[in-house]
Amino acid sequence: MKINKIIISFISAAIILLSSSVVSFAKVVGDKIVLGAAISLTGKYSSNGVHTQNGYNMAVDRINSMGGVKVGGKTYKFDIIYYDDESNPKRAAQLAERLISQDGVEFMLGPYSSGLTKAIAPVTEKYGVPMVEANGASRSLFTKGYKYLFAVLAPANLYLDVAIDLAVEKNNGKGVTVAMAFEQDAFSQDVRLGVLDAIKRTGSKKVIDDKLPKELNDMAATLVKVKQMKPDVLVVSGHTKGALTAIRQISEMKVDVPMLAMTHCDAAKLSKQHGKNSQYALCASQWHKTLTYKDDFFKDGMTYDADFTKEFGYAPPYQAAESSAALLVFKDAFERANSFDKKKVRDALAATNMQTFYGNIKFAPGGQNVDKPMVLFQVMCDDGGKCENKVVAPTKWASAKLIHPIPSWSKR
Amino acid sequence: MISVQACLDGILLGILFALIAYGMALQWGVMNIINIAQGDLVILGGYIAYFMYLYGIHPAWGVIVSPIIMYFVGIAIYKLVINKVVDRDLFISILATFGISILFMQLMNFAFGADVVLANSDYGTTMLFNSNVVLPNSKIFSAFISILFAICLVIYMKKSKLGRAIRATAQNARAAKILGVDTEKVYAATFGINAALCGVAGALISITFTIHPYMGLPYTIRSFMIVIVAGLGNLPGVAMSGMGLGVFEEFADYILGTEFRIGSVFLLLVLILVYRRFKLSRKREYLK
Repeated sequence: MKINKIIISFISAAIILLSSSVVSFAKVVGDKIVLGAAISLTGKYSSNGVHTQNGYNMAVDRINSMGGVKVGGKTYKFDIIYYDDESNPKRAAQLAERLISQDGVEFMLGPYSSGLTKAIAPVTEKYGVPMVEANGASRSLFTKGYKYLFAVLAPANLYLDVAIDLAVEKNNGKGVTVAMAFEQDAFSQDVRLGVLDAIKRTGSKKVIDDKLPKELNDMAATLVKVKQMKPDVLVVSGHTKGALTAIRQISEMKVDVPMLAMTHCDAAKLSKQHGKNSQYALCASQWHKTLTYKDDFFKDGMTYDADFTKEFGYAPPYQAAESSAALLVFKDAFERANSFDKKKVRDALAATNMQTFYGNIKFAPGGQNVDKPMVLFQVMCDDGGKCENKVVAPTKWASAKLIHPIPSWSKR
Repeated sequence: MISVQACLDGILLGILFALIAYGMALQWGVMNIINIAQGDLVILGGYIAYFMYLYGIHPAWGVIVSPIIMYFVGIAIYKLVINKVVDRDLFISILATFGISILFMQLMNFAFGADVVLANSDYGTTMLFNSNVVLPNSKIFSAFISILFAICLVIYMKKSKLGRAIRATAQNARAAKILGVDTEKVYAATFGINAALCGVAGALISITFTIHPYMGLPYTIRSFMIVIVAGLGNLPGVAMSGMGLGVFEEFADYILGTEFRIGSVFLLLVLILVYRRFKLSRKREYLK
């Protein structure tokens, strides 16, 4: 009996050991390159998490069907292991550990949001696993000296400084007065820092600097101040809630301001939820389908938009587009490294200099993409009340002319 | 003019909070239960109005539909969970309702998605004092409906048989039981009425503000504070402390800045509690 037990436990131990050692070679299995990603499929980021996942999947299918990745004369296909991080940073960090140490993943894709990327980055850094992320824009991600973190998107401090430049340009190069209302989270505060830099650079003046509470969806007090101070620009950033609350209360309180600039308009589906009330709002965006960047896989923004809509039944928000771009960056890096050595792939990633449908990609030493400016679009509505987002800045990519100043509510 | 604006904004906001707080005070008083899920019931009510809006019905009708549905949701919660904790320690009920709160958040997130949504009433705006003071009609509508429901409830409590039974149970559950009041039924009805009030408030919030599955907690905290300040079973007190808190909040926001808004409210709460304790201790000395 006793011997039987010993034999059984010995065999099971051997099986466990074998299976785990097989798994730990999982980074490249047969002709598959396995990438890992912890994504918010449930919890408060679940809608954007799903956009991210759809973006990844779309690119994987496209790259695989168009010949895959060529490394060392052999063709490989992408595969992704997903886990649900429940929108929880702690869980995301655990899952990153699990992906790397248990599933043997050696290349990671980023999660959704700056907060979760911040939780995962120390883990990937510890194991020297290259991570290409597409949804963490917070400036603090790029100042920690991470060597294995690469972000295809522009950092948060560049979101709205274009708007200040635009206002100054419209004011014949003279400084403007700026009212600011930002939520108190890492991302929005980064956006705020960028705006402050722009204010300083252009000789403008800030007249209101409010911090919106996370808990409450009411900014009436700030808007009362705006009505009194009459600034040239009102800048608001507080995720989708901030964008929706701002438009609702600005239209209800009839606040007249020559320029209104915001973030998260497309995530908030502003033009759909608010219709004509959202007209003339300027929105910062990482990507817009009318931009004329090109690549071999998705051709251009318009084609990507059409293909994505066909596959998933809704138009791609920029979160999906940038996620797809992350896969293109990985493919390019693998082929240039011509190896699956983590260090070599990391060096190849650092030397990336390419154009995708989403924009140019070139990484600074901190890991952020420095070759892709933000775009500003303006919500424009026709007489029938149908609203569309049109790019108005930078001028190079503009598909419509900026309407400035915003007509007052009494004339609308 | 600014102070008039802040005052009116605060009062309108406070009336809405007072309605939620009234529901909380009611069930706290009757069943000795602090309902952490209060805010989540509010948000669920908001989603009912939002879905009516999506299907082309004016969200204001949510004020009627939402409480009816929420009443039954309330009864269901009572039958499933609350009746098992109603006579137990206050701490157990807090734990139970905290669990319900988490469950509701996740279920709403699962069912309705994690997007921030709102229902547009297109009620326009009222301008006062040469358009120096601007009041969104949706806020005025909310305040009006809140007052209406509060008045109806007070009358119902005073006149109806069930209302009297509820008040009797609140005063002394055991005595009420001996005198033939079916306290089990009273508890269920109380919880249902509370949920219905949350439904009304939720519908109003979807018209005036925005809703999101995880946005319930601030409403729970706010109503909890209002009840603490006003004391249990003190309806005019709840209304006054609701409006007072609303006005105080708006002024704090305007004078100190938005970042101190919530902080100043909590500071006020601490001051009031300290003051009460001070008063109580003086009373005790006097009695000696």
